[in-house]
Amino acid sequence: MANWIAACAADDIDEEDVIRFDHGGRTFAIYRSPDDTFHATDGLCTHEKVHLADGLVMDDIIECPKHNGRFNYKTGEARGAPVCVNLKIYPVRREGDTILIELD
Amino acid sequence: MVIVGAGECGLRAGLALREEGYVGPVTLIGEERHLPYERPPLSKDILTDEQLLPPRIVRPTEALEAAGITLLLSSKAVSIDRAARRAMLGDGRALSYDKLLLATGARPRRLPQLDRLGERVLYLRGYDDAVALRGYLDRRSRLAVIGGGFIGLEAAAAARQRGAAVAVIEAQPRVLMRAVPAEIAEVVTARHAAAGVDLICGDGFAEIADTGNGLGISLTSGRRLEADAVLVGVGAVPETALAERSALAIDNGIAVDETLATSDPHIFAAGDCCSFPSPVYDGRRIRLEAWRNAQDQGALAAKNMLGAGLPIESAPWFWSDQFELTLQVAGIAEGATNVVRRDVAENAFILFHLAPDGRLLAASGIGPGGAVGRDVRIAEMLIMRRAIPDPRQLASPELRLKSLLAG
Repeated sequence: MANWIAACAADDIDEEDVIRFDHGGRTFAIYRSPDDTFHATDGLCTHEKVHLADGLVMDDIIECPKHNGRFNYKTGEARGAPVCVNLKIYPVRREGDTILIELD
Repeated sequence: MVIVGAGECGLRAGLALREEGYVGPVTLIGEERHLPYERPPLSKDILTDEQLLPPRIVRPTEALEAAGITLLLSSKAVSIDRAARRAMLGDGRALSYDKLLLATGARPRRLPQLDRLGERVLYLRGYDDAVALRGYLDRRSRLAVIGGGFIGLEAAAAARQRGAAVAVIEAQPRVLMRAVPAEIAEVVTARHAAAGVDLICGDGFAEIADTGNGLGISLTSGRRLEADAVLVGVGAVPETALAERSALAIDNGIAVDETLATSDPHIFAAGDCCSFPSPVYDGRRIRLEAWRNAQDQGALAAKNMLGAGLPIESAPWFWSDQFELTLQVAGIAEGATNVVRRDVAENAFILFHLAPDGRLLAASGIGPGGAVGRDVRIAEMLIMRRAIPDPRQLASPELRLKSLLAG
């Protein structure tokens, strides 16, 4: 069953940036890409459990602030050392100014 | 292809050879009995966790097998026949190579005058060292750390978190004298003091004696301490013995050129063991003991062993975790004449080190968790570009640092 949750307003996130969103004891990272699309992943890096919302977004890549582990935040794919475990991604849609993510 | 040293550098090189499409044999020779593992946790989680964690393996056996990498553990390369291009192992085997990579790393600088004290004198480099240190971290233990550098301070923080009584003895007037500016060392010092670490700076040990059930430490100041064990963290020396025996050029490590080739074009060196001309700092020869450098150079060495001829491009970068604090440094501050401070969050700041001509040379930051990571990373990119940023913008928390990358 679809479980769409309002995560933030579109304007809460700068272009090519990321913010943190906590819900139901879990934590997520919500991204706005340079081409103005929105995306969501698990909040913590798969390497050492550091929050990715403190990381740097460059194009489609989120870089962990701790050890520079890189993921494609659109696909969740780990992109080179030290990370080798992919990041879980979540469907996102925009309704007006609201960004919603679908949780399982 | 033969790689001597099965740390993260050597393994990364082996994996990169495959990623680059090399299909011939790859042999990785490691002195330790463990599969290649990450060293940073040895002074952190491996010490602090209540349970003894296994080594954090970089890739499981199956992944190495799938990559077709032959791993020889508990093995030592004892000599190199450069003319015949063969590496000799301690067990008498000889491995022929087209290209050889030395990723031999570094080892702790020893204090031989303490050898007579036996097992109560500890060093920290490998997993087995960390396991030995764990024997002195519980609530009844008293640990003395010689050296207020990163290894000593991370171990001291871990020991306090486990409940041990800890003293750190540093000969310099403050901790981290060479590594970070005083303003950052002050934050580290205050945090350790708050946790109850006894930080003793500007002092050294005059004598350490076995008291039967512990160690009695006499400091040059006259002060006396008792401890169950001493951890020596007074720096590391590059592992160059094999290279020296093979008559390769040595200069504060195995000397390599900008493509990581040694003085023998069939032999490369990468990671902690080598010194290289830094492209970011006008070719100045430097040697780094850092995790990311080991990986970057391992990957670059692999490409160049296959003939790519690519130069080193990265800037120095490292981090240290102590308690909830993370410290990160990008670049080398030497030669900076102007320091600009940027407050990025509560209890988190970055110092930018600028040359007389305004060029950004380095950035050092400290704060809880991942607070400084993003801006230190941006600083690193500015350093690589030899940027001359506006100091007022660097200091302004309202300005997104990332906007400077667009300029």
